[in-house]
Amino acid sequence: MRLVRLVLARVAFYLFVTLVAAFFALPMLWLVLTPFNPRGTLAAEIPSPATMANFRLVFANAFAMRALLNSAILGIGAMLITTLVATLAAYALSRTDVPGLDFLIYALILFSSVVTGTAAMVPIFLLIFYLGLIDTLLGVILVFTGGLLPTAIFIMRDFVEGIPRSYEESALVSGATPRQMFQDVVAPLVQPGMMVVAIWAFVHVWGAFLIPFILLRSPTSMPASVAIYSFYTEAGTPIITLTSSYALLFALPVLVLYLLVNWRYGFRFFGGIKR
Amino acid sequence: MARIMLENVTRRFGLVIAVDNVSLPIIDGEFFALLGPSGCGKTTTLRLIAGLEVPTAGRVHIGDRDVTGLPPRERDVAMVFQDYALYPHMTILDNVGYPLKVRGVGRREIRERVGEVAGFLQIAELLERRPAQLSGGQQQRAAVARAVVHKPQVFLFDEPLSNLDAKLRLEARGFLKHLQHELGITTVYVTHDQAEALALADRIAIMNQGRIIQVGTPLEVYRRPQTTFVAGFIGNPPMNLVPCRLEVGVDTAHLVGTTFRLDLTSLRDRLALTLRDGEEVILGVRPEHLTFCGQGDSFAIPAETYAIQPLGAECVVILLVDSTTLSVRLFTGEPPQQTGRVWVGVNPERILVYRKSGELVLG
Repeated sequence: MRLVRLVLARVAFYLFVTLVAAFFALPMLWLVLTPFNPRGTLAAEIPSPATMANFRLVFANAFAMRALLNSAILGIGAMLITTLVATLAAYALSRTDVPGLDFLIYALILFSSVVTGTAAMVPIFLLIFYLGLIDTLLGVILVFTGGLLPTAIFIMRDFVEGIPRSYEESALVSGATPRQMFQDVVAPLVQPGMMVVAIWAFVHVWGAFLIPFILLRSPTSMPASVAIYSFYTEAGTPIITLTSSYALLFALPVLVLYLLVNWRYGFRFFGGIKR
Repeated sequence: MARIMLENVTRRFGLVIAVDNVSLPIIDGEFFALLGPSGCGKTTTLRLIAGLEVPTAGRVHIGDRDVTGLPPRERDVAMVFQDYALYPHMTILDNVGYPLKVRGVGRREIRERVGEVAGFLQIAELLERRPAQLSGGQQQRAAVARAVVHKPQVFLFDEPLSNLDAKLRLEARGFLKHLQHELGITTVYVTHDQAEALALADRIAIMNQGRIIQVGTPLEVYRRPQTTFVAGFIGNPPMNLVPCRLEVGVDTAHLVGTTFRLDLTSLRDRLALTLRDGEEVILGVRPEHLTFCGQGDSFAIPAETYAIQPLGAECVVILLVDSTTLSVRLFTGEPPQQTGRVWVGVNPERILVYRKSGELVLG
């Protein structure tokens, strides 16, 4: 009797897990299947016959292709600046004693997460306008960098603080200049942290819609997150075959990036320093 | 190889004075230990020599150069840290070769010189490994190898043995002393372990609250501690310190405690020179200079046995005298026959007398 109950409980548990998994897997399945379906609908069905026609149409759309490049420029630009600045700033902050520093950083993070975004759109627009950076990719990169930096510095500071001071001091006594010390000892040890920040920044910028939508005017500088709307009909309904194809292309870089980092760093990638 | 001179060096951190007007000549080629309890300023003193701290006042000389304002890399020193500070992302070869690498030595020569040092320190088979794959003792040797590889003028050790277990620590102690003897490099060694300082150093400076209390050879600081602080810090068990009162007569002198009266008439003139009749003093006597004796001896103190610790070669007996304890070290190794009420005799030749304020007046 007890055994039966045990088995039943197990079966029920796995059924439940399967349902939950299916719930989350279905959209992914749709994303992978629909682009190859000549009559794409909102249902996830195996395409018969499978076709590349949707992709041919998407690739023929110069505006959409150019948008993917723009997204890459925005993403990589913001990623590089954010990571570099956050690393240096986190290092400086963690190695000097500034009274009230923790409070300052928390306040910055709070402001950056609460204020940037929709509420700050008007001032941000005006700021970028007066800087003459409206409709430039640089302007968008700078706005993103500013928004991401506080959190990025916060994350980096944890990694930097995980490095014992004696590593740096030992390098200095060994005869290293401060630059050599940073390059040979500090940088390699905070590298996992830099990867975390880099990926996080890239993904954030890659998927963002509002800021580039408002700050960029000309169609040639639109990123992919905005350009996907070019696959809508004039009535505002999506052409599912094309939207899904473009969405798949749009999702690929992020997927590849995650796989790459996972392969290179495994799961220790959020865990600080491995001794 | 070089001598080191600290001239009136002071280092303040805010309101805290970590190092207070320290002047210290360290002789070329000697093994010098800085000994003291934690927070006494010994590590800060070491870091001032290394250049990791800049003195608030005073000068630091290494060899013939005034290095006070120079960064560590221009001082030609090497330091072994308490946690060894081996870089986890580099192999032992790269770790040990790092001082050469930053000096622009070529890859091949680095390999050669690291190989040489590694052979000497018996870590030659470990060069391709990472620090995490080494045992504590091996890590310590690798850290020492990194310090010797570029033949510095001065060696600095910051409690390098405190992360090792007791057995390894004894082994490493012998190894460090031998190494320093072989290389003849001026060495400054920070420790809070008095046995380590006594065993290793040619000379010891005992520090407390940022000041140097006493400098001397191990035997000097052991036999004639200048203050009760040093007396209580050096030796295991440390020196017995018994508060008592001095009674000086026309040609007699006695040390009087609550339960005993020691006849120090033979020392009367020396005592009378510096101390007044009736003055409160502290009697200092090493545990090995106490013996069990019969009642009525003129140098005997009545006591109560409290604990007996047989240590193999010797035996330490803890006695209660009134409210203080006395340690007695017996070299026979045999625990004493009598327990309970006993009498211990004091060897008057070995007595030290301190003022109540702590400084040595007789001994």
